[in-house]
Amino acid sequence: MSASQEKYAEAQYLEAEQYQAKTRSGKIANYVDQRVGGTGMVREFGKKIFPDHWTFMFGEVALYSFIIVVVSGAFLTFWFDPSMSTTRYSGSYAPLQGLEMSMAYATALELSFDVRGGLFMRQLHHWGALLFVLAMAVHMLRVFFTGAFRKPRELNWVVGASLLLLGMGAGFTGYSLPDEVLSGNGLRIIDGMIKALPVVGTYISFFLFGGEFPGNEVIPRLYSLHIFIIPAMILILIAVHLFMVVVHKHTQYPGPGRTERNVVGYPIGPVYAAKAGGFFFIVLGILCLISGTFQINALWNYGPYDPSPVQAGAQPDWYIGPFEGVLRLMPGYLGPIPLEFNIPTPWGGNSVAFPVLAPMIPVAVLFLGLFIWPWLEAWITGDKKEHHLLDRPRNAPTRTAVGAAVMTNYFIMWGMGSNDLIATHFQLSLNDITYWSRVLFFVGPVIAYILTKRICLALQRKDREVALHGHEAGVIEVSPDGGFHERHKLPSEYELWTLVSYEAPEPSEPRTNAKGKVSRTEKFRTWLNKIWFEDRVEPVSREEYLEALEHSGDHEDGAPKSLEAASSGGELGSGRH
Amino acid sequence: MAEHGNGESGAVVTAGEGESNGYAIDNPGLPPHRPRLADVDEKAAKRSERQVATLFLLSIIGTVIFFVGYFAVARMDQFDDYFEGMTALRVQNTLLGVGSALAMLGIGLGVVHWARTLMPDHEIVEDRKPLRKEADRAEAEQIVTDVIDETQIKRRPLLRNTLIAAALLAPLPAVVLFRDLDTSEDFGVERLRHSLWAEGVRLVRDPTGTPIRAADITIGSAMHVIPENLREISGHGERLSEKAKSVVLLMRMNPDDFNEQIPGREDWTHEGIIACSKVCTHVGCPVALYERHTHHLLCPCHQSTFDAAENFKVVFGPAGRPLPQLPITVDNEGFLIARSDFTEPIGPTYWERGQTDPEGDFPA
Repeated sequence: MSASQEKYAEAQYLEAEQYQAKTRSGKIANYVDQRVGGTGMVREFGKKIFPDHWTFMFGEVALYSFIIVVVSGAFLTFWFDPSMSTTRYSGSYAPLQGLEMSMAYATALELSFDVRGGLFMRQLHHWGALLFVLAMAVHMLRVFFTGAFRKPRELNWVVGASLLLLGMGAGFTGYSLPDEVLSGNGLRIIDGMIKALPVVGTYISFFLFGGEFPGNEVIPRLYSLHIFIIPAMILILIAVHLFMVVVHKHTQYPGPGRTERNVVGYPIGPVYAAKAGGFFFIVLGILCLISGTFQINALWNYGPYDPSPVQAGAQPDWYIGPFEGVLRLMPGYLGPIPLEFNIPTPWGGNSVAFPVLAPMIPVAVLFLGLFIWPWLEAWITGDKKEHHLLDRPRNAPTRTAVGAAVMTNYFIMWGMGSNDLIATHFQLSLNDITYWSRVLFFVGPVIAYILTKRICLALQRKDREVALHGHEAGVIEVSPDGGFHERHKLPSEYELWTLVSYEAPEPSEPRTNAKGKVSRTEKFRTWLNKIWFEDRVEPVSREEYLEALEHSGDHEDGAPKSLEAASSGGELGSGRH
Repeated sequence: MAEHGNGESGAVVTAGEGESNGYAIDNPGLPPHRPRLADVDEKAAKRSERQVATLFLLSIIGTVIFFVGYFAVARMDQFDDYFEGMTALRVQNTLLGVGSALAMLGIGLGVVHWARTLMPDHEIVEDRKPLRKEADRAEAEQIVTDVIDETQIKRRPLLRNTLIAAALLAPLPAVVLFRDLDTSEDFGVERLRHSLWAEGVRLVRDPTGTPIRAADITIGSAMHVIPENLREISGHGERLSEKAKSVVLLMRMNPDDFNEQIPGREDWTHEGIIACSKVCTHVGCPVALYERHTHHLLCPCHQSTFDAAENFKVVFGPAGRPLPQLPITVDNEGFLIARSDFTEPIGPTYWERGQTDPEGDFPA
């Protein structure tokens, strides 16, 4: 073992016994410390530095809303009975009295009407769940667009993606529990999708529902997934996620004084802890306000589940929207040709429900892409370096463009999930919305990619412009010889550093393998690499910068501004060009 | 902090802690710290203190509002009129929400304001450490190698191979254990082919269960129908499962409106009365909307649209198959009855749907 491990000397042993803390909290701390050794942790974490930026709080929101959902959910379990055995409703809600329904629905109604604060806690639980998934999604977008998933954080990105999936699973299993018409039809859709899976689908459906849909079994099974299995997995993954954040230390935005080898920020104690702790109460407070004032899932309006009725204009929770939308998007027929077909076999033939299977493809690609993205990008760019400084999204134009394309695709699917409401609210033809969305599904991402890339490059050029010639001050000067020019305010060295300190590599040449040949995969990689890097805006070089300074110093009043003044900024440097 | 070089030298900035990296300038280091008002003006600090305390007081008021909402508003079951009860519930829910929101936001905003205005705001620079030290790596690698050597697993392939075989097989019982997730007696896909409909089963209204006299149905009307024998099924879940396969939509059209009928279906309707499965062939939602002028049926979930006048063929949306038609006729008393079960499995497509029925009911 290493030398850092000291021997437990006799003297130390006695010393530990003799130490007497002076304050009361010191005594308590000493008691705990002598038994579990907390001093090391306080020393490690008490003044640990966390970089501060408003975009870093989405992950916090996700964590806090998860805690809120767990606590409010635990409250609900004391009354909710996830049973499909039947009862005749006799609670306070008159319109449903005397109706035959499952215990699950009856107790969900009891929670809403006959438990004081039950409705509030139900709404808090539901709103909290929506916020949980939303915060995770936005957090993930932040991580993506700033390149925070790069080495050494790839594995933590995968943990995060798994958390997003699990969060949606937790949401959907909970959504289905009250056993009313709305969620019952949601389950029916899931059943239809499962049955479409080739070979195994029919049996998976039987196993899930304990036989034929809907049966007597599914609610208790979803309940055990919802309150035990999925939350336990989420809890474990959150622990892993946070552990890795501590191991890696947080990323930081590029800026003056920040490097790949340091962390600039506030210590946990007291500032960061106070802000983060206070923020928990703010998230909880906002969720309480929403839950007290905005109704969600008024399940007494739907009635007990029955396979016959259905509501028009039913929408799933927001995060299921894209999957619902892409189901609506897919045509069942291409002209007269049905997309559903039979594979002829000796035993008659097997059916392939392509209109149901096809929508699963973009969803599968989306999630697969999400999971492998860190490695995919590193492979294309050939970047093997550790990164602790984030990218400004404009400085990674292709990544930002890919992200925007995927988001566009996602939002078109999402919007299609509400195509009926869009049609009724905006007096549009439902069929036309659907036809156009089918086109946009393919064309939209391409447009988004091109536009985003151009915007990024334009922003980079703008940065160059500012670095070399300063901000337009909005002041027009007339020179003695009658010429007009605008004054420019040169950026401070701190701002300048942010503008010029980025990398814009050129496309790389194909690498040869051990046999001295360029493999087919390498050719493909080089092609992707070219697409990735060919459009680039070079960061301002030292020569360019000095030349520009020279130029701005060469002022007609005959008193060249010193380079120092020009670069440290604050004053108005008048540049002409 | 950064030192500024002099202009003539050509070096723009000489950074104290920056690195060059070939950028236009060197990293200038952290910008100088700018004290906040509360740092330099005791009055401003006092003001912040008062603001924070006010927020904490607001939180206390919020908690009081919560208790008022909880105890002062009567529970719903204490009202005779349920509308009044609903109003009380709404008031209570709002008070609980606003009260707890105030209680939480008061604490949260107070603490954050405290941290932002009064706690130190000096940015601190901390060095990152490499994730692993080379010495540690070498040591760890040695440990792993030693451990593997000590097990002798490399020298004794018999142990390794039998262990692999055992480890691969051992989880299988855990998978098999889940076989009885399907609790039904007749395991298999055949049950998806059959519904409660059979020759002579009366069509009755959903949910009242009253039989339907053909003469009572006016042209243009539609109704939700279940088989009369559904009520004989005992058990809520069993009944729902049977109902999920046998719900039917019945409508009466002008017989002239029918387009070409599929051969063999000529006697499946009765004087313009036509019936089909209400379960969408897409993913199984109830096809609940009927538009009498176009005789289109619409599924509100994914908007698959079927044409009742043309053998329920798909005219829009994601469904890949027409709705199965239920052959109907009338009995001696003039009530509608089924001529047989559906002649194909209803509802969403499943893998085994196209297989030949062993009982020979449906030709493939």
